[in-house]
Amino acid sequence: MKMRMKEISALRPEAKVARKVRAMPPSGIRKFFDMVNEMDEAISLGVGEPDFVTPWHIREACIYSLEEGYTSYTSNKGMPDLRETIADHAKGWLGLDYDSEEEILVTTGVSEAVDLAFRAILDPGDEVVVPEPCYVAYVPDIMMAGGVASTVSTDSSNQFKLTPEAIECAITDRTKALLLSYPNNPTGAIMTRGDLEEIADVVVENDLLVVSDEVYDKLTYSEKHTSLAQLDGMQERVIVLNGLSKSHAMTGWRIGYVLGDPALVAAMTKIHQYTMLCAPTMAQMAAVEALSRGDEEMLKMRHEYDLRRRLFVSGLNRIGLTCFEPKGAFYAFPSVEGTGMTSAEFSEMLLNEQKVAVVPGDVFGPSGEGFLRCSYATSREELIEALDRMETFLSKRGL
Amino acid sequence: MREILEILSENARATPTEIAALLGREVEDVAREIREMEDSGVIRKYITLVDWEKADRSYVYAVIELKVALQRNTGYDAVAERIARFSDVESVRLISGDHDISATVRGRSMKEVAFFVAEKIATLEGVQSTCTHFILKSYKEHGVILTEKPKPKRLVVTA
Repeated sequence: MKMRMKEISALRPEAKVARKVRAMPPSGIRKFFDMVNEMDEAISLGVGEPDFVTPWHIREACIYSLEEGYTSYTSNKGMPDLRETIADHAKGWLGLDYDSEEEILVTTGVSEAVDLAFRAILDPGDEVVVPEPCYVAYVPDIMMAGGVASTVSTDSSNQFKLTPEAIECAITDRTKALLLSYPNNPTGAIMTRGDLEEIADVVVENDLLVVSDEVYDKLTYSEKHTSLAQLDGMQERVIVLNGLSKSHAMTGWRIGYVLGDPALVAAMTKIHQYTMLCAPTMAQMAAVEALSRGDEEMLKMRHEYDLRRRLFVSGLNRIGLTCFEPKGAFYAFPSVEGTGMTSAEFSEMLLNEQKVAVVPGDVFGPSGEGFLRCSYATSREELIEALDRMETFLSKRGL
Repeated sequence: MREILEILSENARATPTEIAALLGREVEDVAREIREMEDSGVIRKYITLVDWEKADRSYVYAVIELKVALQRNTGYDAVAERIARFSDVESVRLISGDHDISATVRGRSMKEVAFFVAEKIATLEGVQSTCTHFILKSYKEHGVILTEKPKPKRLVVTA
């Protein structure tokens, strides 16, 4: 018995954790979260989700489905009803036909869909071109899938758009796919049809697949979103990932979906059925309601974000934090250049002195250094108060 | 114009400066448009939604439904405008259905409201019958849910 105890204590469980997981850096958000969480009365511009509660008609549809007893598994791919609703939605929104049996998969949030896409297409050593700054999950997901993320920078002088030249520089003979995430978290950048035309050429020339996370697609403020899949001949090359989290304020419901070529969707479905089985049934019921009758509430929320966006971005520029005009999502990405501080220093001091939480840009990749991600998915009053405090923070330093 | 009105109808205290920032417009232009709308009567009044229950000064409200005999030339207008002149009456509306006119009356007590209806409204020429509904509790007024509990909090920082 004593021997056995010794063996166990010598085990060192941490050493048993897989190498690729150990190699994965912890999310830079975590440290900040802990700091903000301990502080009372901090205004947080660090939240990556809507401040609205899911519209009542959607919640009510879910409650009704529970009353009616819809509590069992659904088909792996998702309820037929929901897949048909998604197909109708894709037809109306993108003008594209997707077969609800073979070309649509309902996932547990877009997060699962990102993971599935990379696992379904990557062999060990396959490379994916990832434009940065970007959402924190793509690179770790690619690593877990055995792939290699080949990151390329985008910059503020070009409104954080992705250029064909940048992609070409990153392409090797192992490059299998390109990741797109526009409207972009954290920059608020969008890609117009014209911008995407150039990307399409590079994609076709190099025979790449594209994984396109379009979860912020309803939240654009200067023009309607364009998906790369809408461009001539691109539909089969693009795996469109989308969900209801941002558009319908449904983050906690965990509903996402995939639109794509039957072979790719089948591959993703195979992994999905063994790992997730199906997306939560009650959330799928809510999603049917959201997609078929949720436009009005969605537009109202978008309008409110747009008002806040103008208020906040002009405020940032006024107090001296230069910010290009974000045309999508609900983030502003101002520069701290000229303050003599790094993103992390600025964010930490701002939090400690003025109790305003923003996320340092380098959390989203090295090219995010020198910027702050500020979410304007918070009330107007809080945005005005946050701007006042940031102004005080700067003027105390003579900036 | 519509956007300015939407903002003001949500918050009557929004200043031209704030509205201009929200809409990305010049402060002067917004101020001028508001003035014009005030002058032309598009904006009738700026009001405050008070929860009198909480203010320790509660009133009694009643909805009074009236059946009215139609009058030649003036239709319902003469009676409705007469009712509207009483300061106890908060709103007067022409409605469809079983009744013709609906009025909201505010008073200090049920007795006061009941007597007001009996003496001032029911006796008006053309009023054939009245039906008084006392309001027992208000759940939502002017789009504001009065019984709403605080929203659950989001995580403070998320990716």
